[in-house]
Amino acid sequence: MDDSGKAYWSATLRLLTKILVIWFLVSFGAGILFAPALNSIHLGGYPLGFWFAQQGAMYVFIVLIFYYKKKMGEIDRQFDVHEE
Amino acid sequence: MDLQTTIYLVVGATFALYIGIALWARAGSTSEFYAAGGQVGPVMNGMAIGADWMSAASFISMAGLISNMGYGGGLFLMGWTGGYVLLAMLLAPYLRKFGKFTVPQFIGDRYYSKSASTVAVLCLLVASLTYIIGQMTGVGVAFSRFLGVSSETGIYVGMGIVFVYAVFGGMKGITYTQVAQYCVLISAYIIPAIFISIQLTGNPIPQLGLGSSLTGHDVSLLATLDKVVADLGFANYTTSDAGGMLNMFVYTMSLMIGTAGLPHVIMRFFTVPTVAAARSSAGWALVFIGLLYTTAPAVAAMAKTNLLRTITPGVVMQGTDPYAADAQLVYADRPDWMKRWEKTGLLKWEDKNGDGRIQYYNDKSKSDAFKAKAEAAGWKGNELTVNADIIVLANPEIALLPNWVIALVAAGGLAAALSTAAGLLMAISAAVSHDLIKNVFVPDISEKGELLAGKISMAVAIVIAGYLGLNPPGFAAGTVALAFGIAASSLFPAIMMGIFSKKMNREGAICGMLAGLFVTLFYVFAAKGIFFIKGTEYLDLIGGPNSFFGITPEAFGAIGALVNFGVAFLVDKMTPEPPEHIQAMVESVRIPRGSGAVTGAH
Repeated sequence: MDDSGKAYWSATLRLLTKILVIWFLVSFGAGILFAPALNSIHLGGYPLGFWFAQQGAMYVFIVLIFYYKKKMGEIDRQFDVHEE
Repeated sequence: MDLQTTIYLVVGATFALYIGIALWARAGSTSEFYAAGGQVGPVMNGMAIGADWMSAASFISMAGLISNMGYGGGLFLMGWTGGYVLLAMLLAPYLRKFGKFTVPQFIGDRYYSKSASTVAVLCLLVASLTYIIGQMTGVGVAFSRFLGVSSETGIYVGMGIVFVYAVFGGMKGITYTQVAQYCVLISAYIIPAIFISIQLTGNPIPQLGLGSSLTGHDVSLLATLDKVVADLGFANYTTSDAGGMLNMFVYTMSLMIGTAGLPHVIMRFFTVPTVAAARSSAGWALVFIGLLYTTAPAVAAMAKTNLLRTITPGVVMQGTDPYAADAQLVYADRPDWMKRWEKTGLLKWEDKNGDGRIQYYNDKSKSDAFKAKAEAAGWKGNELTVNADIIVLANPEIALLPNWVIALVAAGGLAAALSTAAGLLMAISAAVSHDLIKNVFVPDISEKGELLAGKISMAVAIVIAGYLGLNPPGFAAGTVALAFGIAASSLFPAIMMGIFSKKMNREGAICGMLAGLFVTLFYVFAAKGIFFIKGTEYLDLIGGPNSFFGITPEAFGAIGALVNFGVAFLVDKMTPEPPEHIQAMVESVRIPRGSGAVTGAH
């Protein structure tokens, strides 16, 4: 792989890592591991940990995929590997 | 108009729509048959994925499960949606760039081995066939409950409808029909939820209603529910987890990885025109899935509230004493919907203490204080069994909604089951005609011949699925665990390593897949019997039920995936690295440029 190819792939991996960290934090973190602690905080009538497990994580997932799509498009163009 | 006529009209109209679409979208080439000609836009594809993904289980059973499990039910919600993030970033765009029709074809080409592709075909067939049994029985249940015909007749009608649009239309017919089916099923799910949310909380948006107060009260719905279920000896609704935090963690992870590895979903990403479209269709798919999945917890909690309001009038809204002698509903005064569901056997009442009233509580509670109160009230055990599937199907009746809403729910349940069945049949037929017949047995088959083989294997798969639906094997209930376990422990790691590790070789991938599969099956069979045959369980061998850190068999796929990754890396280190041209292929798969139409050529 030439240098530009390597740089493209490591930029991609950096983006994926960043998104996977958030993905993990909202579901396994806020929805499961820290849910008991978060439940003392309330969001309207929702205990917060419960809200992450049954609502919040899903909203964040949707945002993450569209963010990924946008950022990935930018990286593609930056390294000139986008589709014509 | 009476209820039965309304149901016939609404369901009949949706079926006419599906057949109309099928006639319009007939497949003339293998590219149209396997990949809808590669011309489906991201929003349409997202909708089709949504219908493909949301099965009878999502539509009918999920809210009922959450209703029983409370907070712990969140593992289905997070697991079945979080997988799409993995799918969108780790698999879909790269598989689209690869540009072939099927998952086994990717595995076979990437690992330069027909054995690898055959192992993948095997995994795919087992996962898809076990999954399809549930859809067929779902069609049968919906027909027998709503259309007043036997469940056998229901399955025959369902087979006929799927046959028309799947065999003639292939992926093209299936995709456009699924778009229509999505619209039917989502309105069938959301409209009753809106009505019920308004009735209970005054807020028309169920997602917000769940976080609101009950009408005329300043206590939130969830807090009231927590209190009432605790009074009846059940676990606290907003905090009860599913078998401990570790099990919930691993279970969620297994569902996520399994979702990303299910071939009938992955296949949808071959139908879009570009790599960029593959990325955004995953996003759109999750938007359309999320509409139902974020409504489900509201349906679950509100249905539970309504059920408790019916059985213990006054306790939910007026806060009266649940242990008082007149707190529970008199059986003779029960509402009509209970009578209707008693006929199906999904709702049962047994007067254990002979007082003619319905006591519904948790008689397995471990709390001594609660047991004392129950005994003082003269309760002699729980008297009402409610099948989880009722929650969604009877929801409009419990809330006394108009007939057309009940008819819509019937059509929605059928749409969910039929659309998933069609997607699974597509994956099966492609694996048989493309990966087995063309790749292994008759390599020089003409395009026309392959198209015909695809249609014949689809027809055969429909007959087998129908047969299994009519005679569900004893293991039907345990099979969802199996489908996700197999996808998570074998297919997902093999595909992911094929993209993210240039050096992963044939030996590593095959050993990894087999090891992951073996470990998962070993653990599942230990608890549920070898191939789910009763009496062949060998729990003693693994040291009792859930012996591996308390993890349940359903949750084990993630451990299988770990084993797969581990074994693959060890074997890979000890065997020669893959040839130059394979490493070059991986590099080209990683960049979007040059993504032609999906051709499937070998």
